[in-house]
Amino acid sequence: MTNIRPDHDFEAFLAQGKFMIQRSQSSGKYVFYPRVAEPVTGARDLEWVEASGKGTVYAVTVIRKREPEQDYNVVLVDLSEGPRMMSRVDGIKPDEVKIGMSVQAKVIEENGRHIVVFVPAEGAAA
Amino acid sequence: MSENAFPRGGTAFVAGATHGIGEAPGYDSLDLAVLASLKALDKAGLKPSDVDGLFVALPTDMFSHLSMAQYMGIQPKVMSNNRTGGSSFQTYAHMAALALAAGECDVALIAYGSNQRTASGKLVSSVRPSIYQEPYKPLSPISSYSLAASRHMYQYGTTREQLAQVAVSARKWANLNPDAFMKGELTVEECLKARMISDPLTKHDCCLVTDGAAAVVMTRADRAKDHARRPAYLLGAGSATTHQEIANMPDLTVTAAVESGKRAYAHAGYGASDMDVVEVYDAFTINTILFLEDLGFCPKGEGGRFVEDGAIVPGGKLPVNTNGGGLSCVHPGMYGLFTMVEAMEQVMGIAGERQVPNVNLALSHGNGGLLSSQATLILGSEDTL
Repeated sequence: MTNIRPDHDFEAFLAQGKFMIQRSQSSGKYVFYPRVAEPVTGARDLEWVEASGKGTVYAVTVIRKREPEQDYNVVLVDLSEGPRMMSRVDGIKPDEVKIGMSVQAKVIEENGRHIVVFVPAEGAAA
Repeated sequence: MSENAFPRGGTAFVAGATHGIGEAPGYDSLDLAVLASLKALDKAGLKPSDVDGLFVALPTDMFSHLSMAQYMGIQPKVMSNNRTGGSSFQTYAHMAALALAAGECDVALIAYGSNQRTASGKLVSSVRPSIYQEPYKPLSPISSYSLAASRHMYQYGTTREQLAQVAVSARKWANLNPDAFMKGELTVEECLKARMISDPLTKHDCCLVTDGAAAVVMTRADRAKDHARRPAYLLGAGSATTHQEIANMPDLTVTAAVESGKRAYAHAGYGASDMDVVEVYDAFTINTILFLEDLGFCPKGEGGRFVEDGAIVPGGKLPVNTNGGGLSCVHPGMYGLFTMVEAMEQVMGIAGERQVPNVNLALSHGNGGLLSSQATLILGSEDTL
């Protein structure tokens, strides 16, 4: 129960290619970012569950860089389980990322670490 | 829970000052905070040795209250060095009012100073992003405000032109303020053409990076007139918070100012429509729009349309950020205290060319972190007690 080590466990799952979030066994609610207890209730019954990876872009910004650096997007994604997270949408141009777009999570390796990014969901209008 | 006993009108701002606005090379943040404090104490006819309540938050000193007490050679009975960000100073006034009313202290000094422009040239932050945000390289703080702006535009049709109107309005006020760092004409077209930093915010949507210091002195109301001709009484105060990192803000179009404002108005017994001037923390143009909505000056979603057509420029229907704001007057990192000095000066009737006629009620609002912490004060003249 209380043997959850949030950041450590999350990164260990990512290294196995798994995007895991938490769920309280008593409330059934999902939690992200990872913690030792459920917010509000303080319930110490969080368990790790694999995220569906389905999400919707809630907000977006494009960070403008001077050449030769590339512009890139930063988004907030609402996961279908409920929680919201910061991420990036890959696979399309930064300017094509729109609020309301359906996206799918993907674990990638970047600069020697594993992170969660999103790509447009299949069939989603880019 | 017992009935709320906030001491409405029981305390007052008796003096305030700023110092080193713009560039103050050679001084560190504490030097500047002390210089502003001494100016304010001089105006009140007080000395450092009279101060027994000290409230300060310097950007890079974890023990800034201890450092400042040591520097001024005082041993205050009540101190705070809280870390809610730019709203710290409104929360200090809230706490100082309670401490003064309870007799825990008699003279409260609230101070801030920063040399960030000459020391580093950028906004100083000691906050380290979490592993859940850092890999995505948001620019901090701007990208968080950009995300909020993007959502406001999506939900309510707010436009970049409307954001630009906020910057243009602030500049018009700054042009009336001899202390303002940025002056000269600024047009909506210039704002739209300016370099985009983090969509939809350009450099003109962002606050300045300056040096600067500010201080205010508070006493109980019964002795306020010993120190000021026309004190600005503290009628109400409220603080609220929703998150630290932007991904955890429940709704990016609604800030905790809804709550802080509600509490401050309830204490004061006045509402938005009673305010003669409004001083809100405009770190970015979207802030002014969000706070005008959340503090009740227009309905949710209407902030962009509210600021169109000169509503908040000098002579407009609502005087907002009459010193020129963080956008055009001064922004030394945690700007909240400057809104208090300006609100106080407007109530005192000493704001010079930018003085709004017949100000009896002024709102001062601080924002901390990434739209995270909100705190609101209502200041009033003797007639409002």
